[in-house]
Amino acid sequence: MSATTGVETVDLASTPLRELNQRLHDQAKVAEPIGHWQVVNPSGAHALACGLDAPIEVEIMGHAGYYCAGMNQQATVSVHGNAGVGLAENIMSGVVRVTGNASQAAGATGRGGLVIVEGDASARCGISLKGADIVVRGSVGHMSAFMAQTGRMVVLGDAGDALGDSIYEARIYVRGSVKSLGADCIEKELRDEHRDEIGELLAAAGVEGVDPGKFHRYGSARKLYSFHVDNAGSY
Amino acid sequence: MCGIVGLFAKTDEVQRRLGAHLASMLLEMNDRGPDSAGVAFYRDPAPAEESKLTLHHPDLGYDWAALAADAAAEFGGQPGLRQRVNHAVVTVAAPAEAAEVWVAVAHPEVRLMSAGTVIEIYKEVGLPRVFAERFGVAELDGTHALGHTRMATESRVTTDGSHPFSTGLDLCLVHNGSLSNHNRVRKDLQREGIVFRTENDSEVAAGYLMWRMREGATLDQALEGCLEDLDGFYTFAVGTADGFAVLRDPIACKPAVLAETDEWVAMASEYRAIATLPGAEGARIWEPEPATVYSWEKVPA
Repeated sequence: MSATTGVETVDLASTPLRELNQRLHDQAKVAEPIGHWQVVNPSGAHALACGLDAPIEVEIMGHAGYYCAGMNQQATVSVHGNAGVGLAENIMSGVVRVTGNASQAAGATGRGGLVIVEGDASARCGISLKGADIVVRGSVGHMSAFMAQTGRMVVLGDAGDALGDSIYEARIYVRGSVKSLGADCIEKELRDEHRDEIGELLAAAGVEGVDPGKFHRYGSARKLYSFHVDNAGSY
Repeated sequence: MCGIVGLFAKTDEVQRRLGAHLASMLLEMNDRGPDSAGVAFYRDPAPAEESKLTLHHPDLGYDWAALAADAAAEFGGQPGLRQRVNHAVVTVAAPAEAAEVWVAVAHPEVRLMSAGTVIEIYKEVGLPRVFAERFGVAELDGTHALGHTRMATESRVTTDGSHPFSTGLDLCLVHNGSLSNHNRVRKDLQREGIVFRTENDSEVAAGYLMWRMREGATLDQALEGCLEDLDGFYTFAVGTADGFAVLRDPIACKPAVLAETDEWVAMASEYRAIATLPGAEGARIWEPEPATVYSWEKVPA
């Protein structure tokens, strides 16, 4: 599939949201998808650019509501503003970027791809992460990376209460302070491979001039029920 | 779902246009709460030694002038009267407590929406944008205001079940969420003499605050008590004579965004409501922490 050049502009002040989403979905079915979309007057609409599955770029020129770019595959979705609850929920691949803040549960359950929040993300960022990467230039709120299974989260600012509560094998890197760690989440040694990993993620997110050595690594202490070999027979 | 908005003016200009700003915020929350809407405005202080009541009667032809004349006969002075659709603000030459008791006895046919010296509450069933238009919300000025759009969950769609709820003199509450122990708490509060008009859970939260403050708690203490005594999901916004306060439950289930500039402080369920305000793009924006009371007050001149 090769995408065309030129920008397709959709004005949500005059186009119904379902029509926009349908047109974006249709790009997965055509031989030459329209490669670059701009959505103007989004006005905080919910479920913007959800379920995309084509190598296209979608720019949302303003604020997005709930569940923006949910279930994203292949596409690059940028929000030039703030995003509401559930940004890039269950992202599979591709990139979702927000220039402002993201509300609760950004990148929740994401399985692949990259979520970039240039401002702050609030509570439950990366909850139940299953393989996606999240880079937050600001801070994340309480209960972030709750039960995160795999994937990586890099936070340049601070983290709120109960970071990584009941975490499995996801890796969390925080440069600032952590208000408190959740159950079974501990700080771990930052080794060279982790510095390399942070460097790669920062580069992918377009973050320059930040020393990967300034981060702290957090992960699972592997003390909870499901980690005990004695419980293996229960499964 | 429900939507909450609140705006606190730091400048005269924002005070003058408070209603216009709050109306545009409320309209953004239209779809979050299409069942009913309401606002509480803090404005137009009653003259010294006087108080004002906001009253409601479903009949648009209700004789408010006769009620105001009765108030003058009871308390003396020249009672002020301003009718707004099926609500009226009556200024009475007596303390708010006495005025409240009088209206309940002399005019049981009207419903008391609010009592105090600065608060006015207007609320009605129907779409928020119809409400805002009908009640001329955009024309109101004031120091600060709260608004609510309701998507009803556990109780009927009525004027009484709409928000804001009065929680005492110059106090009100708006709520997004649902309480799970409200029947139990209502019974406890009824034993303490708090009167409820509906089966609504939010009214129980309002009654709880009223009771705690009647027993001597400060607003902050009463709100902190909610964390112990109320079970469920909530973002509360509470209006006081001097400002407003915001509290989210310990898990912060329900959304809330706060924003502040040199001109105003705003709170809303979603950022899109704040985006309508002048200077929003340069505002400091954050989501309130769970189980934490945030409050703003007018700095005394």
